[in-house]
Amino acid sequence: MNNEITGAEIVLKSLTEQGVEVVFGYPGGAVLPIYDTLFKQNSIKHVLVRQEGGAIHAAEGYARSTGKTGVVLVTSGPGATNVVTGLTDAMMDSVPIVCITGQVPQHLIGSDAFQECDTTGITRPCTKHNYLVKDVNKLSSVFHEAFTIAQNGRPGPVLIDIPKDVQFASGTYEEKNKIIIPSHRLFEPSPDFEKNKIEEAVKLISNAKKPIFYIGGGCINSGPKASKLVREFINMVGSPVTMTLMGLGVVGSSDKNSLGMLGMHGMYEANMAMHECDVMINIGARFDDRVTGRLDAFSPNSKKIHVDIDESNINKTINVDVPIIGDVKQVVEKMITVWKEKKFQIDDKALKLWWGKINKWKEVDCLNYNNEGKQIKPQYAVQRLYELTKNTKTFITTEVGQHQMWAAQFYKFEEPNRWLTSGGLGTMGYGFPAAIGAQVGHPDALVVDIAGDASILMNIQEMSTAVQYRLPVKIFILNNEYMGMVRQWQELLHGGRYSESYTDSLPDFVKLAESYKAVGLRAKTTDDLDDVINQMIETKNTVIADIWVTKEENCFPMIQSGSAHNEMMLSKGQKQDKKSAEKGKILV
Amino acid sequence: MNKSVYASPDQESETKRHILTVLVDNEPGVLARVIGMFSGRGYNIDSLNVAEVSNDENISRITIVTHGTSEVVSQIEKQLLRIVPVHSVTNLDQEGSSVEAEVALVYIYISDSNKKKVYQLCDLYRARKIENENNTTIFEIAGASERVNRFIKEIKEITKVEIVRSGPVAISSIKKNEEE
Repeated sequence: MNNEITGAEIVLKSLTEQGVEVVFGYPGGAVLPIYDTLFKQNSIKHVLVRQEGGAIHAAEGYARSTGKTGVVLVTSGPGATNVVTGLTDAMMDSVPIVCITGQVPQHLIGSDAFQECDTTGITRPCTKHNYLVKDVNKLSSVFHEAFTIAQNGRPGPVLIDIPKDVQFASGTYEEKNKIIIPSHRLFEPSPDFEKNKIEEAVKLISNAKKPIFYIGGGCINSGPKASKLVREFINMVGSPVTMTLMGLGVVGSSDKNSLGMLGMHGMYEANMAMHECDVMINIGARFDDRVTGRLDAFSPNSKKIHVDIDESNINKTINVDVPIIGDVKQVVEKMITVWKEKKFQIDDKALKLWWGKINKWKEVDCLNYNNEGKQIKPQYAVQRLYELTKNTKTFITTEVGQHQMWAAQFYKFEEPNRWLTSGGLGTMGYGFPAAIGAQVGHPDALVVDIAGDASILMNIQEMSTAVQYRLPVKIFILNNEYMGMVRQWQELLHGGRYSESYTDSLPDFVKLAESYKAVGLRAKTTDDLDDVINQMIETKNTVIADIWVTKEENCFPMIQSGSAHNEMMLSKGQKQDKKSAEKGKILV
Repeated sequence: MNKSVYASPDQESETKRHILTVLVDNEPGVLARVIGMFSGRGYNIDSLNVAEVSNDENISRITIVTHGTSEVVSQIEKQLLRIVPVHSVTNLDQEGSSVEAEVALVYIYISDSNKKKVYQLCDLYRARKIENENNTTIFEIAGASERVNRFIKEIKEITKVEIVRSGPVAISSIKKNEEE
């Protein structure tokens, strides 16, 4: 037939029809036909990473900063196994990804062929769905379904494994609008979904005396309009609001209602307010263990409303009174309508008292740290970075550890999609490739990876990628020569025995940057800091800024494992009671 | 058995046996997805049964017997529904009455001394003789698991046996449907 094209061409055609502009990948034997087709076209840009793990984090960074689906293309065997961490990361943080893997030709499957692995078997638990495509004529429908599934409902990663013979075979292409996806394969809220529950929820809010909104990453996944609506609703109610690590930016940091982040390293006032509230409105969060602390003391006297698109999050760890299953944007829009229609109003007097109490908690000034001397405190470094970048369109990514928490505490986010961090899986090595992805999606923006000296080494090879594509990503290393968070837990829970948490023989980060033909900068004391940050921002090249910070700083405030929201540790001097400490030690 | 890092303060209901019926698209890997969810999240499978039930629509019915508190089983149901090729999950224990049946094949070693007893028991339970060779007979018994259990217990008291059983399949009962 004349209109037949090869499987590899179908792949590219599907991507093009799906509006894909960029693919992050790494070639290899089992994807050569696709790379050959890629070579012959100009509509899709390919970013060549230096290890497949970098490709998928870059795709995550691209997806989360742009709201589009990130696309990854890797080969069979090690190419596929190298993306497993990133797939799991995207699964935990609900990031829409389509990952294409090559597979050995079908007649070799099961023969332990070179670079063969059971890719769909390995990735089944860490993808939302995956496919092994055996028939070239099904390739386009699989692609269109994959993109829909990745974005639909609670977003997530989808993997398509394509044997090499299918890439060479000829078949017909079907257009997106010709594909009908059966409804059971997708999330579809019923049209009059939970109307009564919404009324019940809104009524509960209007009767609250001590309400608090608890906002999560679901609000960001629901799109920028969701954040607008959430802000609008919170303003109408006048309630305080706290955000999870994944939800930062949904409500601006400077918003008068914002109490900042909650949870293990969240704000004292936010955690206390969660503990003492009488109505909790959880929108798009999942009562993660980093947020709740000890469950039997979690917000003991509140009625709880939980808006989530994933029904399995309802009553998973915390039983709620009013569950609403749906997309944040639609649910909150209805909440606003009901609030206006029924002319609901909150008890102003009670709310004033509630804010009075919260303001008292704020006076504790939980982020306070001792900033004496010439040595740079990591908190101070993030504060200066914020002050010097706040008027620029800035995206912040992080690795995982103390620096991540300091970034969450001290960098103030005013908008959604500007903060990219590995929350659920806690993947060290996420931040730098994610920054590359964000920079690809926003070539003119300032993208800074706030990193630790240990995490950055996990994907340092991507320096080569950043430089090749002239991506002026900034790596801002808070260098304390330790795996800081491991060191902190060892200090608090393991008698100060710093087992393997000190990194000897770190590279000279300035020279490292220079060896990649990037720019290396270093700040050793507070006197250098502002100059280094300014120079970093002005440099139109990839930069590593090596910031030497005090080595033994701990991240506070902290709810230690095994403790509750109202048992926060504010400083080193304060000890957790022995019993909870022992209990907490065995937890993650 | 709460799946959080922390013990749950909420009262939990008692652990019970539940039969779940899962309708799935009959596509490669679908069974692995379903049982992988159980093992990955630490739930129990007591028995499992899979067969295609409608040729034209390519739908399979998976019958899973599990046990857990109602909180745990409700979480299992929701986790199953997240799997893309899953059409529906029905907890037959919450559907009112259901009918269940399973099949067991039993190798029975027969001697002159126990022959009479064995045949009496098999008659009583309407176990059907399938094969007979020398001193060994294969019987087939079908019915509710409870009944199969009783038969096996009693026959074991008489002689040595070898057993294979299918695990139950189940469907909601007509009586319940009529009431609706």
